[in-house]
Amino acid sequence: MRRHLLRFVALVYLVAILLAPLAMVFWRTFEHGLAPVWAALSDPETLHAFRVTLLVTVIAVPLNTVFGIVAGLAIVRRRFPGKGLLNAFIDLPLALSPVVVGLALFLLYGRNGWFGGLSNHGIQVLFAWPGVVLAVVFVSLPFVAREVIPTLRELGDEQEQAAQTLGASAWQTFRRITLPSIRWAVVYGVVLTTARCLGEYGAVAIVSGRIVGQTETATLRVDDSYQNFDLTGAYAISLVLAVIAVAVLIAMTLTKPKEQSV
Amino acid sequence: MSIEIRNVTKRFGSFTAVDYVSLAVDTGSLTALLGPSGSGKSTLLRIVAGLETPDGGEVILSGEDATGLAPQKRNVGFVFQHYAAFKHMTVRDNVAFGLKIRKRPRQQIQARVDELLQLVGLQAFADRYPAQLSGGQRQRMALARALAPEPRVLLLDEPFGALDARVRAELRDWLRRLHEDVHVTTVFVTHDQEEAMELADRVAVLNQGRLEQVGATVELYDEPATEFVMRFVGDAHVLGGTLVRPHDIELRHLQGEGSVEVEVERITVLGADARVDLVDGNGSRLVARLRRDELDELDLERGEILWAQPGRERVFD
Repeated sequence: MRRHLLRFVALVYLVAILLAPLAMVFWRTFEHGLAPVWAALSDPETLHAFRVTLLVTVIAVPLNTVFGIVAGLAIVRRRFPGKGLLNAFIDLPLALSPVVVGLALFLLYGRNGWFGGLSNHGIQVLFAWPGVVLAVVFVSLPFVAREVIPTLRELGDEQEQAAQTLGASAWQTFRRITLPSIRWAVVYGVVLTTARCLGEYGAVAIVSGRIVGQTETATLRVDDSYQNFDLTGAYAISLVLAVIAVAVLIAMTLTKPKEQSV
Repeated sequence: MSIEIRNVTKRFGSFTAVDYVSLAVDTGSLTALLGPSGSGKSTLLRIVAGLETPDGGEVILSGEDATGLAPQKRNVGFVFQHYAAFKHMTVRDNVAFGLKIRKRPRQQIQARVDELLQLVGLQAFADRYPAQLSGGQRQRMALARALAPEPRVLLLDEPFGALDARVRAELRDWLRRLHEDVHVTTVFVTHDQEEAMELADRVAVLNQGRLEQVGATVELYDEPATEFVMRFVGDAHVLGGTLVRPHDIELRHLQGEGSVEVEVERITVLGADARVDLVDGNGSRLVARLRRDELDELDLERGEILWAQPGRERVFD
């Protein structure tokens, strides 16, 4: 009896917190049929916003995947001065509000910032796509590392040592032993990183300058449409973002072998 | 191929794991590194494999200095206590790993893997994953994997330590026979003196990072060089202030020179032998081993007071 009650409470909580808002967006999007949704999504400025989000994601995800794996290996397998510091710093983007990140980048690359001189050499960071990429890379940095580190710890290094005694070089050991053993942690980390990249708002809002048709990302576009009373447009873009997120999650759940819990 | 360890030292922080050890292992021999936990035996084995770097000393493989050589260049087969099976590969791929790394032709790999699976009796399990094997099967797979690239030396780190007693005994016999067939120079680490005695031609006894004695198993038992070896290899008891083997305790009804008064606690007949449990005046227990005819001659009873005398006593510096 108590078990059923517990389950019921958990389910109600989940529905109220997670599913109800999603369902609401879904319902509101199609309130007036398909035509206005199509019109909103095929708007050139909306399409451009999606393209910016995609570009930023395609750059940030591989960068942070490589960084996450390398940092994970360094933290778990190596001893070096400053290791504790590195481990702590990886979590910084989780602790810091994205708005603060945006502001920090703004100060750093702004006219009087340390790297402010870059714009004199024709490299525009703020109010351009490099700024958006920097902001998104920053906020999505910890996810792969945070998934990989506990998996590497649990894995131990005996398999890697066995591969070495069998003649495998460091790269061969990584490629044939380590990477296949942590692949699900990497996949999960990539999914979370992607989700974070698609959804980032606060930091991007500050550094991008929200220039419509240039630096505006999909999430900024949602806000923009909403402010301009284009509710269908706002809902439609939100829905697309939500559908991508859910699709990625489902794809991951389906491809992940059942017995593997990593 | 021979192994020569010269004055090897390894420290972990302030702890000296291996303390100036020198040891020579002959080609084709089966040698045990025996010692309690923390004696440095595993560290020494890992130094030979190149998995640890010594702080001092040299490792010479086949007459060549291998001290600075990376593990992948040593051509050494290593078997871990917990198998270190590649979990994402089938048994066949596990065994083939070293050969694939060496880029051997496909057919040659196939033939060699089949041969080894046959040798370790895992032909029927070739397409299974390690998770689907028992501990003993996994360790046999690990052995086949280590042997596949035809290593110059086979090193085993507590290879039976994680297995239950029955499987351990089975694998022990099997390894002995394998060594007779394959004749690769083999060194294994164990804390079990019985395992060392049963398997090895020669045993090196380590204690607190130092080498106490190296020798044939009989030598260690009959002529222990130190008190530690005397106590660690075979049973030893204190009688009248000296160490003595159970079968060197002589029992008499009459007091003799240097004899100690003891009470008979228990008499156990084990076929042709007998075991007599004794208690001395201080309450410390010891065991004497006699032949049946000696026992019959003494005509002992429980609770009887006797005089025990070391037939052959040893004094260590």
